[in-house]
Amino acid sequence: MADLDAFRSETRAWLDGNCPPEMREPVRSEADICWGGRNWTFQSEAQRIWLERMAERGWTVPHWPRDYGGGGLSPIEAKILKEELARICARQPLTSFGISMLGPALLQFGSEEQKRRFLPEIARGEIRWCQGYSEPGAGSDLAGLSTRCADKGDHWLVNGQKVWTSYADKADWIFCLVRTSTESKHKGISFLLFDMATPGVSTKPILLISGSSPFCETFFDDVKVPKDQVVGEVNRGWDVAKYLLGHEREMIAGMGLGGMGGLGSGSLGTALKPDNPLVRADIAEFDVDALAFAAMSERFFEMFKAGEAHPASPSMMKYAGTELNKRRHELIMAAGGSDALEWDGERSKNGKAARDWLRTKGNSIEGGTSEIQLGIVAKHILGLPGA
Amino acid sequence: MALLTDDQKMLRETASSFLAGEGAISKQLRRWRDTGCTDGFGTDLWKQFGELGLTGICIPQEQGGLGLGTVEAALVLEEIGRNLTPSPFLTTAVAAARAMEGTAHGERWFPGILSGETVLALAVDESRRHAPEQTALAAERRGNGFLLNGAKQFVVHGNSADMILTVARTAGSPGELDGLTLFAVPKGTAEVESVNLTDSSKAARLKFENVELDADAVVGEVDGGWGPLSRALNAGRVGSAAELVGVAAGASTMTVEYLKQRKQFGKLIGEFQALQHRAAHLYGEIEIARAAALKAAELLDAGNDKAELMTHVAKAKAAAVSKLAVQEGVQMHGGIGMTDEHDIGLYMKREVVLGELFGDTYFHRNRVAELSGY
Repeated sequence: MADLDAFRSETRAWLDGNCPPEMREPVRSEADICWGGRNWTFQSEAQRIWLERMAERGWTVPHWPRDYGGGGLSPIEAKILKEELARICARQPLTSFGISMLGPALLQFGSEEQKRRFLPEIARGEIRWCQGYSEPGAGSDLAGLSTRCADKGDHWLVNGQKVWTSYADKADWIFCLVRTSTESKHKGISFLLFDMATPGVSTKPILLISGSSPFCETFFDDVKVPKDQVVGEVNRGWDVAKYLLGHEREMIAGMGLGGMGGLGSGSLGTALKPDNPLVRADIAEFDVDALAFAAMSERFFEMFKAGEAHPASPSMMKYAGTELNKRRHELIMAAGGSDALEWDGERSKNGKAARDWLRTKGNSIEGGTSEIQLGIVAKHILGLPGA
Repeated sequence: MALLTDDQKMLRETASSFLAGEGAISKQLRRWRDTGCTDGFGTDLWKQFGELGLTGICIPQEQGGLGLGTVEAALVLEEIGRNLTPSPFLTTAVAAARAMEGTAHGERWFPGILSGETVLALAVDESRRHAPEQTALAAERRGNGFLLNGAKQFVVHGNSADMILTVARTAGSPGELDGLTLFAVPKGTAEVESVNLTDSSKAARLKFENVELDADAVVGEVDGGWGPLSRALNAGRVGSAAELVGVAAGASTMTVEYLKQRKQFGKLIGEFQALQHRAAHLYGEIEIARAAALKAAELLDAGNDKAELMTHVAKAKAAAVSKLAVQEGVQMHGGIGMTDEHDIGLYMKREVVLGELFGDTYFHRNRVAELSGY
């Protein structure tokens, strides 16, 4: 315990000295999030310094091994660091799919050479990754994907199209599910990594109902990829994908907490001050569900860490969390009345209420629809037949 | 939230095997219902609760109890709920025990609770709505004691109770928390009308007509009854939330099993996606309700200032989820679910009573809104 107390006070002192004051302000918009990458323009000098200093200590990925650019912290030390960061309201120095998705897959399935090559540049925010999963003909039925990856002896040749690729137009590299065999649906898929600057790769943003374009269509036209860039075994990429989807669902489930951050920071009703008794009643029902879900999230992460969670439980969390977030935004619209309908201009913060509301409709679609999650729970947890 | 400790898991195992065995529906609920017993629960089983030490969970060690907390009581109550075991555990060993903590009444009643011989009840409600602050039952000072006039209803186990913790008004007016006083009213003092409830449990309506009580009947302080009463209510609410989670889990398990056996159109009805998705949704809701109940119990035991808020969340959530579970349970069982022969309907009857006890979903949602300042 004395060691941990020392760790806490050292951490606190270091953060006090090294976290720039601007990085202790709440995140106001997408622009305040640091994604890193080759083409990243830092929003401010503070953002650059904060990433540099944290990456130096491996604290962008505190629990990854030091050899791969991580902080090598134990779970309890990582928790202390998280608490100390929260104490000063520090922003995340780096947000990336490399950290939240590819990293865990590489740690689990990557070769030693791949780990040493790719993980440190993720930790330092030098390479921004995107995820190439869905295709026009393979959405909920992801394993039905058909992007061809042909073995040309000294390289792979990739042809096909991905869709819903988050930030593909801003990413440096892609981790991508491709078909290396047509003999088996699930056992003909490989998990491939390649540079988005490779000739033959092109992207086209998709305009959403919310007016934003976080997703792209991504096209591959005779893209040559070196042979050593398959993660795990050839034709066994589905194992990697499933593992990774679990991580993605956990992350999306976390959104159910909204801005509540657990029990500490108040309720939707406190924020909205509903003036209609029927809206108030609906918000009170929501607050009950949200606080109960916050307790569940806490319990879920504890159980997950202790290995006591059912492997299919992230599906339950993803379903519940995203449905809750949609309700949250329906209520924000209801409480906001006609104010919430304004689409642009200063007064409405560029139509924030309406745009956020529309964006949440994708929460229960992306990363596996609610219906897919319910099917997984029915089959793997309840053991219902034929699910 | 901390995960359960090994001791807590062991306690849950003990409660689970005891209640699934001795406390099973055929051995307790149906037996007492069908033989028209006056208590609505088995007194032998209550003694067994005592022998296993379960009745001492909320009683301090120095007074012979286990000195454990609301978390442990919740673990037992979930198993009670799962088996629909009729028992005065919640009112006696949890709510009343908590109210009497640190009082002379504890010294008086704890031994009987520990041995599973004493039954205690809580008299709070005066109308069809739970509204403790609206208490109007008058307790006027008379000589060395008090004179009580008024009425109470929905006094669960009030017909069997050796003593009824009764909240009365000694000062102030209905709507105020100050001026309430909690009295230990011995059996045979107030006029008791025994009432059969929907779930075959028994409750009482009480009439106080110039009932005289000594000054030492006061639990805690005169005009300061809100202290012990809120301890009882918080424990009772979290406890009933945990029991409701058990009711929901029991109904849901029974229903999912049925989906795996019943065939129509040449297939198991569990193959139909329309039912699969509803069952999966219900599964998640029950997990969430359990997490809320355990979190509230944990905060109560820690004396955390968010405990009251989370207690309301737990009861509101557990009651809503349990209602969903029993409704889906009866519907998915089809015709057989409507028969008295099948147990699923018993879950629906238990849910509706427990949902009302210590405040219904709407009461608790409203409190969440009030505590959150809207």
